[in-house]
Amino acid sequence: MDPTLSLLLNGIVSGLLLGGLYAAAASGLAVSFGMLDIVNIAHPALMVAAGMAVVLVGTALGLDPLLVAVLQAPLFYLLGTLLYRAYHHFFERRGDEALQGLAFFFGVMFIVEVGLVLLLGPEQRFLDPDYAFVTWRLGEIDVPLRMLAPALLALAAIAALWVFLRRSFTGLAVAAVAQDPEALRLMAVDPVRIKRIAFGLSIALASIAGGALVVVQPIEPGSHQVFIGRVFAICIMGGMASLPGCVLAAFLFGVVENLTASFYGPSWSPAVAFGWLLLVLAFRPQGLFGRLA
Amino acid sequence: MSATALPAPAAPPARRHLSYWLGATLLALALLVLLRLIGNEYGWYAGYFVLQYVVLAAAWNILGGYAGYVNFGAAGFMATGTYTAVVLYEALGLGVLPGILGAAVVAGLLGLGTGYLTLRLRGVYFSIATLCLAVVLQTLVVNWDYVGGSRGAYVIRPMTVPGFVSYGEYIFAVMLALAVLATGIGRTVELSRLGRGLQAIRDNERAAEAVGVPTLRLKLIATTLSGALMGVAGAPLPFYAGYVNPDGAFNLAYAVNTIAMPLIGGAGTWLGPVIGAVLLATLQQAATVTISSALNLWITGWMLVLFVALAPRGILGWFRKR
Repeated sequence: MDPTLSLLLNGIVSGLLLGGLYAAAASGLAVSFGMLDIVNIAHPALMVAAGMAVVLVGTALGLDPLLVAVLQAPLFYLLGTLLYRAYHHFFERRGDEALQGLAFFFGVMFIVEVGLVLLLGPEQRFLDPDYAFVTWRLGEIDVPLRMLAPALLALAAIAALWVFLRRSFTGLAVAAVAQDPEALRLMAVDPVRIKRIAFGLSIALASIAGGALVVVQPIEPGSHQVFIGRVFAICIMGGMASLPGCVLAAFLFGVVENLTASFYGPSWSPAVAFGWLLLVLAFRPQGLFGRLA
Repeated sequence: MSATALPAPAAPPARRHLSYWLGATLLALALLVLLRLIGNEYGWYAGYFVLQYVVLAAAWNILGGYAGYVNFGAAGFMATGTYTAVVLYEALGLGVLPGILGAAVVAGLLGLGTGYLTLRLRGVYFSIATLCLAVVLQTLVVNWDYVGGSRGAYVIRPMTVPGFVSYGEYIFAVMLALAVLATGIGRTVELSRLGRGLQAIRDNERAAEAVGVPTLRLKLIATTLSGALMGVAGAPLPFYAGYVNPDGAFNLAYAVNTIAMPLIGGAGTWLGPVIGAVLLATLQQAATVTISSALNLWITGWMLVLFVALAPRGILGWFRKR
């Protein structure tokens, strides 16, 4: 096969796999930022914190990182509900979301990052399961399990969340609370409780994304910084509150970023995220798949 | 200035401006004399550290405090100023004062550009864009060999400046003048039509738009002014340290302190950022000597969270009735 074509095909496939990881990172944000209108800029930082926990627990007990990520997800759900309680009590209730609420999440992001540095030091940490070194070959195309396994777990978690949001009463209430909290109150549902559950779920997804991240690459406390641009770009591009849109946008983004890295060098990939974010904000703030609000 | 429709100000505007500039200049001169009497190089070093944060906090306050638009990219804007000064030094051999002017122009344009692309939307999009801006600018600088890449760039400081005891005192005096200027600009904005328009945007942007406030134009003016002042704060850094690298110029401490200081002091007032910056920076300067700098930043993060949660109007809010 023509080497450029082979490079292109491999770039697309590994971009799609990378997109699976990005989908995991961005789908939690699609719930908190998209559905609940909570601008949780600490989301990637919590994802990295979850990844660090996966490394520590997985190394200590000799468990698979993805398994640890799923097992610890309930703890992160609890953490999320606590975080939402504080956010609601101090900011949402008072109508101070815009300035003080943003500063609050910025502070949380900062406390998490510097806290990890204080606790574990600034160096990179990793935990490689055995399958991380296996690569399936389909003709000219390489499919590394290091990328495939996290992507599959991420898609499974998102699919489960999607079914929950579509089929269960609480899930439908989450969609409703985004549209009209008052109407929800009239149906004897507490909108604050619904938002707390949804925010908890978004942080539980951050735990799964953290586990996926550990399998893909070594992490350090500052790893979340490059993810902020990516996840917000994906989330906005996917139309904010739509999980399928978010997954599609993540795949697209993964492919574009990966092709840029293959053809122009990996140091440009953060610039791709930012350029993409600016273009989306300037020309299609309703998202690629969204309608004008 | 037509303030007739509003509650009458205590003194005519011109005299209130004059009293600020006179008072601030006298205070600055007194500081200079005091530090020269002490005559310790560390005094100027620590003074510079505190004063650069006064400039940064005052700059952030113009957009964040009055208009309520949060800029997370202070480190990016400041480093833009720093590296503009480095480029001007390397290319033309220019010193600190032309570097400051160049930094103001470049960082102001950066603010205008970012604002133009994102400010027509809700405020959070601007905040998210500024959050990514610092990461991207750092990538650019690390890959840019002309300014030393990740190795950093050296600046050879002049040994002496006429009229000053040492170069340390000179660079301190420059930063002192910038701090007086930045605070004065913030105060002028607060008392002018621009400031009232920005406050209307903060309180209710739609209502402001409806009564004829040119919201986009005011926001763009504020973003440009705020960005330019942040760049100005960074321009003397290479001359102060003699060396600058991306890790230093894009330090996380700048990003968090620039937000924490005005919010802790009292955002939306010209004095609040000064109080917050002097208080926090002095504490940090004292604490860096005794405890680690990471712990130091961690405490700043907690203070930011606690203040926005428990005292949203900052220290000044304790003394003012709601």
